[in-house]
This record gives sequence, C-alpha cells and structure tokens, in this order.
Amino acid sequence: MDLSFTPEEVAFRQELRTFFTTAIPQSIRTKVLEGQHLTKDEIITAQRILNANGLAVPNWPVEWGGKDWTPVQVYIYQDEMQLNGVPSPLAFNTSMVGPVIAQFGTEAQKKRYLAEAANLDVWWCQGFSEPGAGSDLASLRTKAERVGDTWVINGQKTWTTLAQHADWIFVLCRTDPTAKKQEGISFILADMKTPGITRRPIQTIDGGHEVNEIFFDNVVVPAENLVGELHRGWDCAKFLLGNERTGIARVGTSKARLKRIRELASLEFSGGEALIKDRKFREKLAACEVELKALEMTQLRIVADEKNQAKGKPNPASSILKLKGSTIQQTTTELMMELVGPYVMPFAASDEGDGRNETGYGPDYAAGTGPTYFNWRKISIYGGSNEIQRNIVAKAILGF
Amino acid sequence: MDFDFSEDQRLLKDSVDRLIADRYAFESRKQYMKEPTGWSAEMWSQYAELGLLGLPFTEEQGGFGGGQIETAQVMEAFGRGLVLEPYLATVVLGGGLLRHAGSEEQQAELIPQIIGGELKLALAHIERHSRWTLNDVAVTAVKDGSGYVLNGEKSVVIHGDCADKLLVTARTGGAQRDRGGIGVFLVDAADAGVSRKGYPTQDGLRAAEISFANARGVAVGDPGNALGVVERVVDEAIAAICSEAVGGMAEMLAITVDYMKQRKQFGRAIGEFQVLQHRAVDMFANLEQAKSMAMYATMMAASDDAAERRQALSAAKVQIGKSGKSIGEEAVQLHGGIAMTMEYKVGHYFKRMTMIEQMFGSTDHHLAVLADGNGLF
Repeated sequence: MDLSFTPEEVAFRQELRTFFTTAIPQSIRTKVLEGQHLTKDEIITAQRILNANGLAVPNWPVEWGGKDWTPVQVYIYQDEMQLNGVPSPLAFNTSMVGPVIAQFGTEAQKKRYLAEAANLDVWWCQGFSEPGAGSDLASLRTKAERVGDTWVINGQKTWTTLAQHADWIFVLCRTDPTAKKQEGISFILADMKTPGITRRPIQTIDGGHEVNEIFFDNVVVPAENLVGELHRGWDCAKFLLGNERTGIARVGTSKARLKRIRELASLEFSGGEALIKDRKFREKLAACEVELKALEMTQLRIVADEKNQAKGKPNPASSILKLKGSTIQQTTTELMMELVGPYVMPFAASDEGDGRNETGYGPDYAAGTGPTYFNWRKISIYGGSNEIQRNIVAKAILGF
Repeated sequence: MDFDFSEDQRLLKDSVDRLIADRYAFESRKQYMKEPTGWSAEMWSQYAELGLLGLPFTEEQGGFGGGQIETAQVMEAFGRGLVLEPYLATVVLGGGLLRHAGSEEQQAELIPQIIGGELKLALAHIERHSRWTLNDVAVTAVKDGSGYVLNGEKSVVIHGDCADKLLVTARTGGAQRDRGGIGVFLVDAADAGVSRKGYPTQDGLRAAEISFANARGVAVGDPGNALGVVERVVDEAIAAICSEAVGGMAEMLAITVDYMKQRKQFGRAIGEFQVLQHRAVDMFANLEQAKSMAMYATMMAASDDAAERRQALSAAKVQIGKSGKSIGEEAVQLHGGIAMTMEYKVGHYFKRMTMIEQMFGSTDHHLAVLADGNGLF
C-alpha cells in the first residue's frame, strides 16, 4: 500500500496543469470557478483547444482519439481540469453519444460522427427524459415507426440541456410497443433541423435557461440513424449512464470552490471582523472539507480498484460518489451564499438571454451565489436521482 | 497510488482475522470479560505468540518491524471482535512513547517485556479539568536525585487498572496550560505513592482513576519538553482507533443487512421496505467514508510534519465520530427491540463506537481543531 502518487503521475499532473492554465483562457476558467454559465462560444473554444491537443476525448478508444490512460491518469485529468476551472468537454458529445457510437455504431457511423463530436463541430443533446418518464426512464413513450427507409418519430422529450445550442439529438424511442418496457427501445439520431422538431425553453428557478422541451411531430429520419441493434437501445442507455457516473463526484470542482470560499471569507465581514474569524463559519467550512477529503479518498480507492473489477460491473461504492459528491457540491453553494450575506439578494437577468444574474451590485462574486444555490439543487436529481442511487446500492448490498 | 497490501501484510491480516474469528466469538468475549482483569490472559499470550505485541518495534528490538498499516490491520480485526485486551494502551500508546522518546536503556529493558507479554502499560494523560487538551496538565513532577516525584490525579486512564507501569504526563515547569514544561514519566504501578481505582467502562473495557502522592518516576524523553512526542503518540492512537472503529462499523452493517434479509414483518423481509433500504444504504455510505478516512489517518500518522499530521488526524476523527454514531444508531433502529438487549451483539458495537467518539477528543473538539487550521486543501 502506497497512497502517494508515483513520480510519473506527479509529472503527468504537472504537465496537464501547465497546459490547462496556459492554453485555456483565464476569463473562461474564472467563470467556471465561480459557477457562472458559459456562452456557447466559450464552451466551443475550450473544447477545440483540448481537442487540438488530444485532450478532449481521452476516454474513447485510441483509434478514435482516446488515450488508453490508467484509471489513475483519468482521475488526475478530471481533477486538474476541475481544479483549474477548465470546462469539461461537452458531456453529450464526449461521454454520451461518442462512446455509444464507438461501442455500438457501424464503421460508417463512427467515421461520420466521432471526429466532429470530439471537436464540437456538431453539438449534441440528449433526448432521454419525458414528462412521464423520469426516474422510471424505461417507461418512455416517444415512438419511432419504420416507414420505408426511414424512422418516423412522434412524442416529447424534456429536460434537454442546452438544446438551444444543439445541432443533433440522440433519442431513446419505443420501437416495439408490445415488448417488455426495457426491450422495445431503440437509440436513434436526429438532426435538430429536421422538420417537425420544435423546442420550447424551460426557465429554471435560478432564472437561467439551461433546459428545454423538445417536441417530435412526424419527424422523418433515415433508417441508418439507428445506433446498435433494433430494440436494444436500453443497452446503449445503460452503458452511457455507467460512463456518466465516474466523473460525477466532481471532487476537483468542490476543492476549488472550498479554496475560493476560504479566500473570500477573508474579504467579507461579520461583527466587525473578517468572516474567516467567525468560529461557526469556520467549523461549517471544516466539516465540508472533511466530507470532501473522505470522498476524495473514496474516489481514489474506487479508481485504484478498477483494475480488480470486471468490466462493466461497477463497484457498489461508486454510487457513493454521486450521493456524497452531490450533497458536498450543494453545501459549497450554501457556504457561498452565507459568505456574501445580504448581497445574495439582488437579482437581474443578463441581457444575453441565458438568465445569468449580472446585477452590478455588491462584489462581483456575489451575483452568482443565489442562482448557483438554486440551480445546483439539480445535482441530486439528474443522472439518476440520489434516491435511485440508493435503490442501486440497496440492490447490491441487500439483494432486494 | 496503490491500495493493495504487500504479501507480508496479507499474511498478517489473514492470521489476525483467523484468530479473531476462531477465538473471539461473542460468547467467548462474555467469558473473557468475567476474568479478574476484565480481559483474557490467554488471548494476551496468543497475541504475544503471533508477534502482535511486537508489531511496531524494529527487528533489532525483537519486534515485527511493522508500521501504521500493520497496526491498522490488527486494530480493524480487533474492532470486529470487540477485543478487550489492553493492546492500545500497552503497544500503541505505551510502546509508542518508548519507541519515540525512550532512552536506549529504557528501550532495551522494557520493549522485550512488552513483546513477550510480561509488561502492560497505560498512558495517564487526562485530568479532571483538561478534557481533550493535552497541554492542560496540573500533575507535578519535581526532580529528586536521579528521578522525579509526582503529585496529582489522573482521570479515565484506559486500562490503567491492570498496567504494570504507567506513563504519566506531568509538569516540571510553566503554567497549567503552557506547551512547555511537560514531561512523560514512567511510574511503577506498585509504587507506594500510587493509588488506583479501577472500573469497567460502558463498552465493557476497563479504566482507572489514579492518584499520585509523592510517587517515584523516571523521565521518558525530555522532562521539560515532551508535549510533541505525546501529541505524536496520541495521533498514532487516533489512527489506530479509527481502524478499530471501521472494523466495528463494518460488522454492524453486515449484521444489520443480514437481519434485514431474515426478519419478516407484514409477511415479508423487512429489507424489502424501501424506507429501511435507504437507511441501510446511508450506513454503507458512512462506512465507505469512514474506511477512506481511516486509511488517510493511517497514512498521515507517519508524517513528520506535525501541523499537517494534526489536521489530518483531526479530520479522520471527525469522520469516524460521525460515521460511528450514525451507523451505531441506525443499526439499533433497523433491528428494533432485539438490538436493545445485552444478549445481542449489535448494542455492544454501538457502545464501543460511542466510547471511541469520546477517546482522544470528541467530534466537536476535532472540528474545532480543524476550524483553527488553514484548511485541508
């Protein structure tokens, strides 16, 4: 047992840190560290820099631009990106549709879609949830019917994140209404410009516009847009959601936020003294740090254990990453609100139409604190709610 | 980054696990508790035979040459078995002070006796007013010839009733809470100036109130400046009880999960009820976090950077305190009435966790230590 990183791993970390802090614009990194929304152009800029340096899709097969890193290297890569405020490559492209096409797609699909997904030449969005299919995703009703050489899609998707920027959507559709609910689903790709697709923005409680409803009204797409086997789309969905879980603890993000909170607590005042002198605030901060240190160690244990685990059989402890990681991230948003005190209150939507709170009142780090608190309540809901994660662990430890 | 044990560590773990599984069944433990000392002399000699009493001492000293990881392995197994013997007091605390601060002569004389199972030690560091502050010391030690004369009282000395020799923190100078002026003194428990009142603790172990009236002692380390070494040894002991607690928590979860599969109400296993499942999952999550922090404590206890080490051990103790309380309370609740009984094992783990939370600083104490530091990241 040696819980320190090897000299090679330390050098690897340093190399990434140097690259991230010199190649990715500071203005973008600051916004990420303060939890502000990025513009479409900023997200594209960051991903193209990463991709030009072979760092956008390390998790993909080597043939398609992947890195074949060890689990520890993947961990270091994610940690350094999060610590330095580097926007993660767009998850819909790089950890969802890309890996699914690489795993289940035809050669023609790989050639057509993968390179442009890695470079964010094409922006993908995810058509999974429906008004009646949230935690019970397999009860989805959006249907695709085979008509000649095409699929005709009808139905509605919701919570479609950043669909306002998207060029394409990957859609889980019911293709066999007579089969058991998981067995009649297929994974189909659609160009967002296809006639019959309409989008309605949803404004969330933070005032922002991150998510949308997508309506499909006799949307006709070529038959070749099916990925994987017909009626086996659930396999793609499970594979994709499994990928989603590894980075979900966002330990690096929370570390960066706690460091920032500690710095800012020296600038804010309470009772005539710096807030950092307030014992109660310090104890709250310390309690959150303990949780995060424990989670960091848990994540490292799971990462180190990956070599001992059968492929595709995640350690039940990996659900802990979501459970604990989400609540820690949420706690950091509470601490930030507490930090700015009354300046959590001013609200003014920015004129860029994305709902960002740019009030011009109080310190510049204050404007985002309320919206981030409200917005980040989503973290314990999306990607399999924390209650669904508990069901998964319960099944693993109790067998029921 | 490698969490795997070495071949030697695996062998050690196997043999300790087997010993506890074979010899420390719940019924056996009840018998051991009835012995006059409150623990099993036979098990103590088993530990000596297996080399466990020599674990942290060097091979030149006749020991096993183990480090914090080996101690953690033993303590985790002891946690599963709810072991009663004075291992922490003798080997980790007493042995630790001798290793870090003992003179060559003291080491040469005493360490072989520890390894052989003939010498039991205890650390007397708590006083009525001191709570968890190691430098809050009123017991005095005054130079007298080649030794010292000690006066004052020590509280809740773990296994102080059976110890052959006591390691006592006492003041040779300075005011009551000064960091300087504190020494550690080796006092023979049979000295005419020592009087002890032994008693059982809530968790079935033993402790003593000890008073010193002109008791004779010799200094271990610098008699005017030993606080640093006491802090170091206490940090090692915190790491050790973190691992012990993890063993106990893991056992509580396993017993509870098993019970949830067997126990039927409303015509089905209670483990089928989602409200109970989610509580069991929270126990699991708390256990995983505790395991992680026990490993962190094990790794950091060996650090020579005292400030960094103190922060890390406080962080671990906070996590262990919270996890132990939560897992213990949930284990009792999920069982229902049966876990309220002395005859059922779970309540005994719960009691041990509750006492561990109070050893070497409570959760709140360590949170306050962390709050005064510069952060863990």
